[in-house]
Amino acid sequence: MAIIRISGAGSGRALNVLAGRLPIPRQASLRQIRDPQAGWLDEALVLWFPGPNSATGEDCAEIHCHGGRAVIRAIENSLAGLGLRQAEPGEFTRRAFLNGRMDLLEAEALGDMLSAETELQRAVLASSAKGHASKEVAHWREAVLSASAAVEQELDFSDDDQDGIAPTPGWHSEARRVAEEMAAWLAVPPAERLREGLRVVLAGPPNSGKSSLFNAILDEAAAIVSPIAGTTRDAIERPVAIGGVPFLLVDTAGLRDEGADEIERIGISRAGQELARADVVLWLGPEGEGPSGAIEVASMIDAPARQPKGEGSIAVSAVTGEGLPRLMGHLSQVGRDRLPKPGQVAVSRRQKERLQTARLQLLEAAQVDDLLIAGEALRQARHALDAMLGTVGTEDMLDSLFGRFCIGK
Amino acid sequence: MRHFPIIVIGGGHAGVEAACVAARMGLHVALVTMDATKIGAMSCNPAIGGLGKGHLVREVDAFDGLLGIAADAGAIHYRMLNRSKGSAVWGPRVQADRRLFGAAVRERVASEPTLEVIEGEVAGLRIEGGKVRGVSLADGMQLACDAAVLCTGTFLGGVLFRGEERFEGGRIAEGAAARLAGQLRDASLPLARLKTGTPPRLDGRTIDWARLAVQPSDPDQWTMSPLSKERVNPQVFCAMTRTNSRVHEIIRANLSRSPLYSGAIDAQGPRYCPSIEDKIDRFGDRDGHQIFLEPEGLDTPQVYPNGISTSLPVDVQEAFLRAIEGLEQVRVAEPGYAVEYDHVDPRSLDRSLQMKDLEGLYCAGQINGTTGYEEAAAQGLVAGLHAACRIAGRDEPGLDRANSYMAVMVDDLTLHGVSEPYRMLTARAEYRLRLRANNASSRLTPLAIRAGCVSEARRCRFEAREEAREALQLALGRERSPSEMRTLGFAATDDAGRQPLGDWTRYPGIDLTRLAEAGLVPRETEHGLHSEVAEDLHYAPYVARHEAELRELRANEKITLKPDFPFHEVPGLSNEMVERLSRTRPQSLAQAGRVPGITPAALAALLVHARKHVAAA
Repeated sequence: MAIIRISGAGSGRALNVLAGRLPIPRQASLRQIRDPQAGWLDEALVLWFPGPNSATGEDCAEIHCHGGRAVIRAIENSLAGLGLRQAEPGEFTRRAFLNGRMDLLEAEALGDMLSAETELQRAVLASSAKGHASKEVAHWREAVLSASAAVEQELDFSDDDQDGIAPTPGWHSEARRVAEEMAAWLAVPPAERLREGLRVVLAGPPNSGKSSLFNAILDEAAAIVSPIAGTTRDAIERPVAIGGVPFLLVDTAGLRDEGADEIERIGISRAGQELARADVVLWLGPEGEGPSGAIEVASMIDAPARQPKGEGSIAVSAVTGEGLPRLMGHLSQVGRDRLPKPGQVAVSRRQKERLQTARLQLLEAAQVDDLLIAGEALRQARHALDAMLGTVGTEDMLDSLFGRFCIGK
Repeated sequence: MRHFPIIVIGGGHAGVEAACVAARMGLHVALVTMDATKIGAMSCNPAIGGLGKGHLVREVDAFDGLLGIAADAGAIHYRMLNRSKGSAVWGPRVQADRRLFGAAVRERVASEPTLEVIEGEVAGLRIEGGKVRGVSLADGMQLACDAAVLCTGTFLGGVLFRGEERFEGGRIAEGAAARLAGQLRDASLPLARLKTGTPPRLDGRTIDWARLAVQPSDPDQWTMSPLSKERVNPQVFCAMTRTNSRVHEIIRANLSRSPLYSGAIDAQGPRYCPSIEDKIDRFGDRDGHQIFLEPEGLDTPQVYPNGISTSLPVDVQEAFLRAIEGLEQVRVAEPGYAVEYDHVDPRSLDRSLQMKDLEGLYCAGQINGTTGYEEAAAQGLVAGLHAACRIAGRDEPGLDRANSYMAVMVDDLTLHGVSEPYRMLTARAEYRLRLRANNASSRLTPLAIRAGCVSEARRCRFEAREEAREALQLALGRERSPSEMRTLGFAATDDAGRQPLGDWTRYPGIDLTRLAEAGLVPRETEHGLHSEVAEDLHYAPYVARHEAELRELRANEKITLKPDFPFHEVPGLSNEMVERLSRTRPQSLAQAGRVPGITPAALAALLVHARKHVAAA
């Protein structure tokens, strides 16, 4: 089976020509597909979605034809003869966005989902694409609007005006509550982590077995994820999937073992940077000397005279493969814990920055004495949320304000 | 036929500002009014200014307009509203003696050598080739012009309602501009109806003042216009009372006799200034509504009861008034009434308030769907100023949402339209922290000077103030160490570090007054300069955050969309977006972004197309 999807003003005409006439909107109907010149092409299910209530907001049509290459090519040729062209990558999503059928968050999540390579990536991004993220942000936006309305109500009604309804209590705590909910989102690694993988950095002193372990894990991982352009920066990074969870394995070994002073210094500073960016650190050095939160790995257990590590550690041998399954099982578990879960929301770095702005502004609003500054902070918070959703407006705030209150004098 | 570059129709708050600003720019202007003695009349409450509105007064004043100075000339009670909050939302307001205010306005009008007042009713516009060429008066007189400014207030198709009574007119005992309304309808201008109302006027000699709480005039000596050197009139007090359940019963029992509820009026009234009928009907759970008793003048006993505008029949008005504390014996001097009038859909205007489809026709004031003297005056100024700039071939003054409430209002009106009378609120101004009533002159007088609408006296004053500001800012930029500050008697700890004096003002116990006493900054010679600069310092970090937003705004403001921009040809714009944009016809990308319902995606599509359009042209 193949599905040929058509979007744009010419969709109806194309379907008319190929399938004889337009079917009832949004109902599949079986038709003979004929080219005006070439004649009969296939028997296919066709669907007709008149705009603007279609996926892209434009007139859309679908032809569910047989999957043979020749059939598909013949229908494509026919469509080209009618002046249609192949869609560019992401063009359907772009048109849907341009026509207001989805907002920025949904469009971004959909884009991410289409490039998802592991099951976890797909499952998480699907929930964002379905608009769960947008709904939550829209929810926060409502809360911020109400807080703004409460502040503006106090600001725009005179001290003298006793009819000026009692200020809505509780907007401070409401602002703090929303900020807290935002913090929960911010604690989730950004959506890029799902695409690029959780960064697992192998660290330890020279000759602690980092490179061997690096290679052993690569060998052991059943599915080596194909390097995605732009993700892997150099030879020491490798994307792998362990138990359906995407990782980016980073070896700091080569960085320190070069020898020459100058290069070593650069290496050390880069290793430091890698540690700072890491989501997970596998520490191969002496127990307790690694960065906090690191997974203690006792490496080279096959070699004699290695210091054994304590109970919480994982003992592995890159040579014999002993302990590797346990380490990888652990990594996979950590990954599932750390990465956004299906149903949880993952947002991009860009969106996280906006969210962080909104959160800080909300906290400022809840804390300042000067209502004017609270009003300004709430405006900035609203602006940041609007940018996330791609919607804007002061009039909304006023509607929210005046929709609910009696206005005196 | 006599020719005037600009003819202004209507002598209310919008009309006089439009006529005078054009005259100040040296153009010959005719101001046509039905009754020259009513120029500058206050149709409703005897107050000028208030929350949001005080900003507009100061902005009009910064352009050398009439409103602020006339308000001071008439002021018999000063009150700075909202003083408990930040100064950006303070609302200067005065109660003005109607007679003194109107006289001050007429004096200014008479003093403009290039402004001629013509009495008569404008019966029609002379339109030729899609342009306004002149006006015809009801007595047959014809006048030619390059631009006409319509400032008809409630007079365009005005009908007054009081109980079962109906009168044609714009105010009690005055005619309506019915013929002009008819012609504008015939010319298929987008007209609609709005309504407003006014309360009964009371005889103050029949009010039991002793029973009521009073509110005196502010003791500190601020004025509406910085050019007014002092308060010129004796100051009187206002009093406060409330409606009560008995009042509400009387009104509720007679709601069916109110034209608002009998169905006689279906036009929308101002949400921010509801009639007492509306208040009782919509907020039935309240046991009382506040009433301010405002004196109408020094030599009249008439009192304006603010908060009970009504169109109930006269007998009901009297009955409910006498159920109010302090008004038990009150005599009604003039009953209240509602007025329904024609207004133009302001989305048909551009940002100079000129009709997009009728060159040379400008509209200002209540005709654009606003309420309030201050809103009207500000629009009159904007329309007159832009019309004069166009005729004289000068650059437009460059008003935008980041520099004035005037521009916020015009932008809101022309992009959103109105569904009820529009009133200024500080919440409408997103850059409120930089748009304070007390810095209006600093923000706008430079633009006014460039536009050439400012008198020599104001220019000199402004320059003196700017000199003082520069000296003050220079001093505030000088760095001082904590030990130096301690030597001068200020509390300062070493961890504060060496920093400019301006930054030191963020520390407790350090302000401009004390710095001036210590000889570190010049003493205040210009009234209000120190507090203005102190507030600038206080809000500076917040204002700085606007910069990125403003850069984007101004960049998008430069991407212009021609009046005939083909929105329907933009690929990727949904029918809904095309419809919204075509109806409003924004003049720039930034404006398009403020049209309600326009998504960023639609803007992106528009941007791409606008760029292509420019490249191709």
